[in-house]
Amino acid sequence: MSGLLPGFTDPVLDAQSAFRAVLEAMSRPGRIQRLQRPPAPPAPLSPASGAVLLTLADSGTPLFLDTGPDAEEWVRFHAGCPLVAEPAEAEFVLASALPPKLAALRAGTDEDPQTSATLILQVESLEEGAGWHLTGPGIEHAHRLRVAGAPQGFVAEWAANAVRFPRGVDVILCAGDTIAALPRSVSIREG
Amino acid sequence: MTQMTNDERRNWMGVLARAGAAGITARLDAAPPLPPHTRLRGPEIGLTMLRGRAGGDGAPFNLGEMTVTRCAVRLEDGTVGHAYLAGRDLRGAELAAVLDAALQDPTRRPALLETVVAPLAATQAEARSETARKAAATRVRFLTMANMR
Repeated sequence: MSGLLPGFTDPVLDAQSAFRAVLEAMSRPGRIQRLQRPPAPPAPLSPASGAVLLTLADSGTPLFLDTGPDAEEWVRFHAGCPLVAEPAEAEFVLASALPPKLAALRAGTDEDPQTSATLILQVESLEEGAGWHLTGPGIEHAHRLRVAGAPQGFVAEWAANAVRFPRGVDVILCAGDTIAALPRSVSIREG
Repeated sequence: MTQMTNDERRNWMGVLARAGAAGITARLDAAPPLPPHTRLRGPEIGLTMLRGRAGGDGAPFNLGEMTVTRCAVRLEDGTVGHAYLAGRDLRGAELAAVLDAALQDPTRRPALLETVVAPLAATQAEARSETARKAAATRVRFLTMANMR
């Protein structure tokens, strides 16, 4: 029998507060947001990525995830979203291990850039004040974010993602119960 | 282990959904205690669209929306029970979901079927036949019209 776990304690209020956190994270790229009351999803999903999935995914958003049958069943039960076998077909892609190449994900079109995919990337930890230099809309001068466990070659892939603007992929980084976002308009310099 | 069939489960889920909180609670005194559970979803109230077909073979159309209460619970052994019922009966939906989960366990099933499901089914069948009887008593046969042709 399945080991299905509960989702949000209060589906409406918790999803609203998680949505607010995602909105803040997206409008202030690289700033770390702590989720107030994240759910306890099955491993290897982290509380933050579980909260983001339950907040954003619904029956109209095809989802790809690489986290195994328990997580798939949990997301399908609580969010009711269709699961797809190929990352290229998904609107939300959740990666807990090696993520698919950014170039392989849906990038939208010049007329409809909002139809692109959002990558929800689980990393080890997030820390402000060190690491990458972020610049772009939403950042006054520069912002620093250290991402422990970011995939190899991510910064180079990100530069290639920026070239396609306004097409491109947005990324939400999740670690524990914290999130930080990298919208496609931000540029990253390693430092 | 006695396997349950879909028909059996459909039957008890239907009986429990029609019984309501009061009906189920009244039967629980005589039943073995219910196992502890955690709520997976709900109980929550929502709307569902009813679809109909004219004459059974016409094109489907949307008849209207109805209020539905649903609940999903999980027992400690991981068994998941579901309940969907018409109306706004939060307590009834949760009890029905717990009973659905407990009834999937072959060791609990016979006692629960006997003390909860069977009496409720009997009450419901009686109520249905009572309604049918009252309706039949007021039936009008248009014999005169047939005779005039």
